[in-house]
Amino acid sequence: MASDAFDPQTDYPLGSRRPELVSTPSGMPLDEVTLDAARAGSLTADDVRATPQTLRHQAAVARAAGRGPLADNLERAAELAAVPDDELLEIYTALRPGRSSVAELDGWAARLDAHGARETAAFVREAAAAYVERGLLRDTAES
Amino acid sequence: MTGENGRFVSRAAKELRREMLVSPAPELGLVAANGPNDPEPELVIESGVVTRMDGRAAADFDVIDRFVVAHGLDLEIARGAMQLPDETIARMLVDVDVPRADLVRLARGLTPAKLARVAGMLDPVELMFALKKLRARRAPANQAHVTNLKESPALLAADAAEAAARGFAELETTVGVARYAPLNAIALLVGSQTGRPGVMTQCAVEERRNLELAINGLVTYAETLSVYGTEPVFVDGDDTPWSKSFLGAAYASRGVKVRFTSGTGSEALMGCAQGMSMLYLEARCVAVVRAAGSQGVQNGSISCVALVLSLPGGSRAILAENVIAAWLDLEVASGNDAIASHSAIRKTAKLMGQFLPGTDFVTSGYSVMPRHDNTFGGGNYDADDLDEWLTIQRDWQVDGGIEPVAEGEVTRIRAKAARAIQAVFEVLGLPPVTDAEVEAATSGYDSNDMPDRDRATDVEAADDALARKVSGLDVALALDSRGFTDVAEAIVGMQRQRVCADYLQTSAVIDRDGLVRSAVNDPNAYLGPGTGYRLEGERWELLQALPHVVDATRLGTAPDGRVAPLAEAREAARGGDPAEVVIAVGPAFGDEIRETIAGLDHGDVVAAIVDGVRDAGGVPRIVRVRRVADVAFIAHDGAQLSGSGVALGIQSKGTAVIHRADLQPLDNLELFGMSPLYSLESYRAMGRNAAGYALGQRVGPVPTELDNFARTKLIVRTTLLHARETHAVEADAPAVDLELRAAPVS
Repeated sequence: MASDAFDPQTDYPLGSRRPELVSTPSGMPLDEVTLDAARAGSLTADDVRATPQTLRHQAAVARAAGRGPLADNLERAAELAAVPDDELLEIYTALRPGRSSVAELDGWAARLDAHGARETAAFVREAAAAYVERGLLRDTAES
Repeated sequence: MTGENGRFVSRAAKELRREMLVSPAPELGLVAANGPNDPEPELVIESGVVTRMDGRAAADFDVIDRFVVAHGLDLEIARGAMQLPDETIARMLVDVDVPRADLVRLARGLTPAKLARVAGMLDPVELMFALKKLRARRAPANQAHVTNLKESPALLAADAAEAAARGFAELETTVGVARYAPLNAIALLVGSQTGRPGVMTQCAVEERRNLELAINGLVTYAETLSVYGTEPVFVDGDDTPWSKSFLGAAYASRGVKVRFTSGTGSEALMGCAQGMSMLYLEARCVAVVRAAGSQGVQNGSISCVALVLSLPGGSRAILAENVIAAWLDLEVASGNDAIASHSAIRKTAKLMGQFLPGTDFVTSGYSVMPRHDNTFGGGNYDADDLDEWLTIQRDWQVDGGIEPVAEGEVTRIRAKAARAIQAVFEVLGLPPVTDAEVEAATSGYDSNDMPDRDRATDVEAADDALARKVSGLDVALALDSRGFTDVAEAIVGMQRQRVCADYLQTSAVIDRDGLVRSAVNDPNAYLGPGTGYRLEGERWELLQALPHVVDATRLGTAPDGRVAPLAEAREAARGGDPAEVVIAVGPAFGDEIRETIAGLDHGDVVAAIVDGVRDAGGVPRIVRVRRVADVAFIAHDGAQLSGSGVALGIQSKGTAVIHRADLQPLDNLELFGMSPLYSLESYRAMGRNAAGYALGQRVGPVPTELDNFARTKLIVRTTLLHARETHAVEADAPAVDLELRAAPVS
């Protein structure tokens, strides 16, 4: 009896237990991700990735298994699924030590909020606060 | 005085002594565990806020403390857990009745200092037991390194295929020249899926490039995210816990399984251990790894292993850090990849700590190619050590994650992978892989056997492949167009795995049917004998059947169709000639068994003894003793029949003894027990001596050599030959006279 309700205790692995809940970002069902589809050109490389919804399901599985930090990380991953590749790498660089001012980190947090990535935005703001305390901001003496 | 005692001089020249051992220097971080400056475990919570941890007030928390407090520590559990005495927790770790789930829950509330303190209380066997209990996934597995100095795509693909066929669950490559990354990643992907569908791959390169490879579906995991146990070293590594954690989420968002990397010794090596022990700093690392939301860690000192092993308790500390990581519910790829020692004895002694309990990945990279092609600078165990690894698995009945595969199958799979990558390069317009490369990659030893490629053209093509965003799907379609449909299907299968993302859960590997097995659906539930993962059944059959195993029932059988060298004449009676020397052979001699353990034909052996007897003036007579197989009794029975009272008894395996009728059966005149070393000349000398005793001459013992390995080498053959001799015994049969046929038929 298939149901849309997802049970993180019993529905893992999604690929074998609940394939009908999984699709590509364009909405292609998991079962159609096949060599035939690739031959026919209906499956494209940038569509072969997990959706935010799938990553949230995985986060729920991790949380149900008692792995809170992993679940948090997968929730951030779900948020970041929609963030463009270049932006992702720019934010990573901005978070490295001595790269950003508080204002710049706040700017990235706002951008993340705009993508709907609220948890990750909060994570970046938390980093900014820690960097202030530990002297890990860009040396802005000259500016 | 040194350098004078011969034995000291000899030992000082051994490989082991290339390594330096040092006394601890805690102020430099050169102390393996339980350092004198390590803080007392401490956690103060006021109004739901942590105000002190492990010797520091909140205002002084560095980035590691802050991050662990914010994202790692479960304060609700901590309230109770931190109150428990160290000894109580240590006992729980080795209590077979305390399940993993309870320990893992407890760890969420323990500070790094407490984790290090408790793990530091366990001795090596206790640590191994704790690790066996705490491993996240039910069954252990292993990871391979696949690289070569020439960055030859055919050789990479062939090695990846062999590694996959041998059961490695993950394959890691890297680059000598960074720009090669996409080509190496493609070769690894094609090779791995040729060897076994479902094997995960990674290409260890700089993060941006790595992420690009992942986005294009060319790799499925990453373990390049390093963390360190002190703030200055963390920052020197150009990261913070937040940047690394963010990167982990970024990888996961692109469907990449992420494992962080840490290990004892790195802080001391980088000059800022802040006076703390290596184990305490590593506890801080893995606390960060868990807090950052990584499913796992590669730890166990990794590249600093030789530094940790320079200190007292180094091996134990490395095992303890694996235990702490597993205790924190992390997947553990437990090191054993970087060369730990020049000494094979020492590095294998160290390996046992992870090998016997089994970890999620027993090594973080077993070099499937010869060591000199390992561009990780590692290769603790490599292609030339494979039989040893497989034999040790068989010895201990332990699954170290590597399967024996026969040469024919290895050749087939390597050839297929090399041809597959040849096809992919051609279809995708990459610089051609020649037939000569395919051939050399299939059966060569290492990259020295590979034809040189135009490397300038290769790196340009690699840049172009990245710019064109050559993807996993492109690779699959290229393979499909050239008839490698099964490999193409496997690569599409890996793309499907990226879509459902099941392998992002803790300790995930993918089996050959495409089913993800992780700590969620295939957890370690060890609770003592008879439970958990045990190497039994089909898997045990597989791991014991090494290609060079000999069928015990077929060893030493008589070759078909050869005429026996000795013919039975009549029942033997006592002889009357005082010069007579009986040559008494065993029940199977020259019959069911035709040669000695040294490979000498029985006919030739008897002829040599006969020569020797005659040489010294004796009269030889050949007799078969049928009632016993023991050489002393064969000779003693012979002596009873001998006109002189002297006989030379010989067993089929070649062991001989000279006996005299008046001696006790287990006494003798001369015993020749080193049968593997005897030549026909030795047997001639034995014949001369036997005649010498018979005629009352002065006799010097037959000179014999000593080979201390003879028993090791030949004990199995000895056992089987003796079993055949024993089988040929007829309890009440009298001895019979034999005649030596004129010349051995050959």
